Amino acid sequence: MGELLIDNAGAPVPILAYQLVSLIIFFAGIYGFFTRRNLMMMLISVELILNAADINFAVFNRYLYPGEMDGMFFALFTIAIAACETAVAIAIIINVYRNFGNAEVDNLKNMKG
Amino acid sequence: MGYTLIILLLPLVSFALLGLSGNRLSYKKSGVIGTASLLIVALLSFYAAGEYFVTQKAGAVFQTLVPLNVLWLNMGANLHIDMGILLDPISVMMLVVISTVSLMVHIYSLGYMKGEKGFQRYYAFLSLFTFSMLGLVLSTNIFQMYIFWELVGVSSYLLIGFYYTKPTAVAAAKKAFIVTRFADMFFLIGILVLSYYTQTFDFGTLTSGNSAVFQQAISTQFMGASALAWAMALIFVGGAGKSAMFPLHIWLPDAMEGPTPVSALIHAATMVVAGVYLVARLFPVYVLFTPEVLQGIAYVGAFTSMFAALIAIVQTDIKRVLAFSTISQIGFMMVALGVSKLEGHEGLGYMASMFHLFTHAMFKALLFLGAGSVIHAVHSNEMENMGGLRKQMPVTHLTFLIACLAIAGIPPFSGFFSKDEILSATYQHNTGLGVWMTLVAGLTAFYMFRLYFSIFWGKEKQHAHPPHESPKSMTFPLIFLAIPTLLGGFVPFGQFVTADRAPYTIHMEWLVAGISVVVALGGILIARKLYQHPEKPTMVPSGLKGFHNAASHRFYIDEIYLFITKKILFNGVSRAFAWFDRHVVDGFINGLATTTDWFSVRIRGFQSGEIQWYAWVFLFGSLLITALILFF
Repeated sequence: MGELLIDNAGAPVPILAYQLVSLIIFFAGIYGFFTRRNLMMMLISVELILNAADINFAVFNRYLYPGEMDGMFFALFTIAIAACETAVAIAIIINVYRNFGNAEVDNLKNMKG
Repeated sequence: MGYTLIILLLPLVSFALLGLSGNRLSYKKSGVIGTASLLIVALLSFYAAGEYFVTQKAGAVFQTLVPLNVLWLNMGANLHIDMGILLDPISVMMLVVISTVSLMVHIYSLGYMKGEKGFQRYYAFLSLFTFSMLGLVLSTNIFQMYIFWELVGVSSYLLIGFYYTKPTAVAAAKKAFIVTRFADMFFLIGILVLSYYTQTFDFGTLTSGNSAVFQQAISTQFMGASALAWAMALIFVGGAGKSAMFPLHIWLPDAMEGPTPVSALIHAATMVVAGVYLVARLFPVYVLFTPEVLQGIAYVGAFTSMFAALIAIVQTDIKRVLAFSTISQIGFMMVALGVSKLEGHEGLGYMASMFHLFTHAMFKALLFLGAGSVIHAVHSNEMENMGGLRKQMPVTHLTFLIACLAIAGIPPFSGFFSKDEILSATYQHNTGLGVWMTLVAGLTAFYMFRLYFSIFWGKEKQHAHPPHESPKSMTFPLIFLAIPTLLGGFVPFGQFVTADRAPYTIHMEWLVAGISVVVALGGILIARKLYQHPEKPTMVPSGLKGFHNAASHRFYIDEIYLFITKKILFNGVSRAFAWFDRHVVDGFINGLATTTDWFSVRIRGFQSGEIQWYAWVFLFGSLLITALILFF
């Protein structure tokens, strides 16, 4: 595994910095998921959440267990799964659009008790 | 003698053929197929009997032959069920009886059942019955016998309920099935107890007289009797159910709802003697190891024969009279077995019982077929619609008279010889029992001739169209069966079938024979006096009114059964169980459902259908759990 990135002062970038980025992305995703009414935007928010998790995997692996690759593979794996999930979700969204004329989540309230 | 397998399987093939093709075969064809297969079976049976009795006499005794025995169900080293064919004097004799009577009934039915709806089905069932009955008598082990025992039960059920649109026939079929099935439950328990202690089902091992086999069964005591005694008594209960012994006789009179040829075949000649056959098959066990049970069998038989004879006197339906007479005659056979011993002259009862089984099958089948011929002519079962038929139906009249004389025990007809042997055996054993059975013999003569005179003598009745003699297909079996009825007594039966298998020369006991003939003649003369002249209507002496009433109601046994089942079982026991089932068992399940329903109504609002609301709940739920894990 290569060298750690260094900042302007020449010291390695602290792990906390990466986590801060990940945190921001994650909560941006959460926020988007809760506030957006458009299904496509909700899907993008979900992708943000997943990406935040991927960053965490990679960073923790690099900083805490530099001799191993498990976290990296997990991140790759998640990307593949996310791609599949996106394909399915888009298929669903297209069908919702065809049925209702738009892709608003408020349309999907039939499944209630 | 492997060809005996054909005897067994041919009726099965014919059943499958007729049953599967159903109405696609014309009724003529199906009748011919059924009858032809039975003809082959009968010829083979006669041949087998001839070959067996001529060649299989090694030394002084008849050998038991097992031409076929295959392992059918293997359930371990000690438990296996075989299927096979066993030939010994009684099974070969039964082969002859069954195939003869069955063939005659097949021929007779060609005329009697002509034009009936379901003719093909009728012949299929007849074949099924014949197959089952042959399998029953040829069984090599008690479990195989039990299987065929149930098969005859079901074919009997199917044939009693042949007219399934008639409610009485349906009820009678159910009654026959349930009552015999109830008895068969005891039979099965008996078999299981017996085989549990002896480790075998095989008749050869059981009847070898080897006491080592029964060592454990005898030494185990249960409620004051040995396990073997219990087993043998329970097995007899099964036999009593099939053979309509008191108090399990109630199904047989009702079984007369079936077509008359069926009554002749199943409920007179073959199936109902299965119980006698069963006791005879296990006779060495009864006589050597459980003589007390055998004693009980004798008393059950004696009581039943008197009981049934008394009821037969007052019945007005001719088939019912014959049914009760059958019960009474089977009682005779049971008594004879019950008083018998194993060896030599003391084994007279066994021989007499089998002899009576043989002659009774012939003359009772003849009586039933004769009655069927009469019913065919006058379209009624009731005596009051009959009278003076001797001129219109000469063949039926003559053959019926021969059969009546045979059952009454008048020499030289067959019944005289066999009944005389039974009476001799009974007197040897116990004079009181002998007198009792002689009285029954007198009653037999009386009620049979009451029947005879009421049908064929007296004033001619008005009919929609005048009665005429039945067609040839019906009179031929009558004439054919009249031959063994006339001459069967001269068969040297003791040479063939005896308790210890050694030939035994029958000699008359003139005193016993004389008494029984006098008593029988007395019965006939009284019947003649009372019933030959139509001007005198049936009078009942005032002293006997009560008896007449009770006997017409069959001594209220059916009412007692109804009382026990309906009032005590259904109302008392079943009602409590039903309450428990409805309120406790169902109540628990219903309670679960109600609680779930109540709860779900209250929480259904949470499922709003708004995905983002779910996500909120999920998020806060997971945060809450995280907080709990972190801080506690």
